[in-house]
Amino acid sequence: MGDIQNPSETSHYVTDAYYSDLMAAFTGWDDTDRLCLDPVVQGRAYALLYQEARYLDQGQFKKWLDLFAPQCAYWIPGTWNRGDPRREITFAFHDRRQLEDRVYRLETGYAWSQQPASRTSRLVSNIEIFRTDQADVFMIRSNFHMTEFWNGESRPWAGYTVHRVQQIDAAGFQIMAKQVNLLNCDQNIRNPSVTL
Amino acid sequence: MPDFDFEALIHEEKVHRSLYTDPDIFALELTRIFGATWVYLAHESQIPNPFDFFQTKLGLRPIIVTRDGDNQIHALYNRCTHRGATVCRQAKGSTRSFRCPYHGWSYSIAGDLAGVPWREGYARNHKEDNRFNLARISRVDSYRGFIFGTLNLEAAPLVQHLAGIRKPIDDWLDRHPGGKIAVCEANRMKFKGNWKLAYDNSADGYHVIFSHRSLLMMENRFSPDDEKGMSFYKQHPDDGPIRVHYYGNGHHFKDKRPTLANHPGALWQIEGKHPGMEGYEAELREKYGKDADYYLDLAAGIPMNINVFPNLLILGNHIQVLEPLSHTETATTWYGTAVVDEENALNGAVDAINALRMRTQEQFPLFGEVDDLTNFEEIQVGLGAEEDPWVYMDRGLGLPDRFTEQDGVISGPATDEVFMREYMKHYKTLMMANPTLSISRGGEN
Repeated sequence: MGDIQNPSETSHYVTDAYYSDLMAAFTGWDDTDRLCLDPVVQGRAYALLYQEARYLDQGQFKKWLDLFAPQCAYWIPGTWNRGDPRREITFAFHDRRQLEDRVYRLETGYAWSQQPASRTSRLVSNIEIFRTDQADVFMIRSNFHMTEFWNGESRPWAGYTVHRVQQIDAAGFQIMAKQVNLLNCDQNIRNPSVTL
Repeated sequence: MPDFDFEALIHEEKVHRSLYTDPDIFALELTRIFGATWVYLAHESQIPNPFDFFQTKLGLRPIIVTRDGDNQIHALYNRCTHRGATVCRQAKGSTRSFRCPYHGWSYSIAGDLAGVPWREGYARNHKEDNRFNLARISRVDSYRGFIFGTLNLEAAPLVQHLAGIRKPIDDWLDRHPGGKIAVCEANRMKFKGNWKLAYDNSADGYHVIFSHRSLLMMENRFSPDDEKGMSFYKQHPDDGPIRVHYYGNGHHFKDKRPTLANHPGALWQIEGKHPGMEGYEAELREKYGKDADYYLDLAAGIPMNINVFPNLLILGNHIQVLEPLSHTETATTWYGTAVVDEENALNGAVDAINALRMRTQEQFPLFGEVDDLTNFEEIQVGLGAEEDPWVYMDRGLGLPDRFTEQDGVISGPATDEVFMREYMKHYKTLMMANPTLSISRGGEN
């Protein structure tokens, strides 16, 4: 048995209640009345998103993992209305351990779909921050456009991302959950092994 | 179009590259395979209620599978009989009729012409002539929820065509309450390669530890001594109890169940690590005691690969559907399946089971299939070499002790390519035949 307290080893926190809370957190959050224009908060949010994009573009996956809370969710819905991940297959739904699985696999050197690795360039834009009922928790909506170069070809990935973040110290935010909404989430996609 | 000497292209030990690279052979396959034999179209759970529809393909033909008000299932061509535009542009849904967006012709859910705008401008009444009903696949039949269609009036009835592969399909379904499952969205991929590269792979036990090396390492990173997932391929798989069985008509079955311990919970025990496993398991055990083992097994993938030629691959809990897009491009859709429990045989555990089951199904497409698809694409690249045309499938050939044959079922060891050789013989028969294909127009008006 792994350490029950360590979500990198065991997945005790992803329960029905966790899914319900996640669904609730990702519903109705983008009310314009909740827009946060505080430049300090904005600065932290921009820094987080740009740092995340840079780590992913540079293939610094371990550093990318460090941006996430120990108990986190990484969710790419497989349908445009997002659906309930308890009832439908997603494009990806990772807990902490499976995020680490993803990185571990890429680093084995035998993940043929990423051998050689995709080169990526991400543009993150239209960043808006929304307050939640918890003073230290924010929802960040951003658009992304990523160009991936793989196997001799460049191709676009686009959509919007929603980060649920918590302020952990004066330095900044930690990602509690990341939802990536791909424009083509419900289409057949060639080699969907790049990390978004 | 040139015809081909398939005797020269398909040998027992090898096939010619042109089967994968020649657009004219692909064009022939669209009638002689995806037309002349039974092809999987959809699952009944995708059109559960009267007036539901779901879009699919028969080869490249756009098809709408519908359920009419009398629960009859139809497979309609999505092509207005007036000018040819598609009449349905939603992937799935529910409707009383399809109205062509171009000139407004409308059709019932059963495909019969229902209305022609400004009819007085025509000398005839199109509704009196069934030529103007939507074309439909002339023969549509289901086996336990799996809907198939063919345009070949000479083809054997579906049950006879499926023959022995029905038994594994029955086993696969019957582990669920009511012998049923429901399709619930999918991991959707495509690759730049011929569709047969995926069918060749469908019962291939030889590639596992090589193509999926990263997944095997990942699955076992916590427990090198208690191996998970596909690790049974690591030792000497051909000496083990896993066998591949060929049933005729291109259908085959890789049965990995004999490696399982014979007790409830054995399937769950070999599952890899998935989101929520420990949390849900603890809750189920606390609430249901011993029954939890059975429930957890329902959340786990069953180690069976059931391959129904040419496009239905049932594996683990997935229904994988191959869709040829061109001679060098194929879509592969990994439909997830959920447990349905209409009689509450699971005492309220069905939602928890499905929440786990969604996650157990996502891992392989994301971390396993992508590597196979890359290898399929690289085969397609390699087959660009014209002067080196042969692709081999001779593993096991000439080693007679490896095989048994009983009641027409040929069985071989886990990594054998016997299923490729046998399905290619069937493929050759189909490609050398030239049956008449026909649509129907339904209706007796």
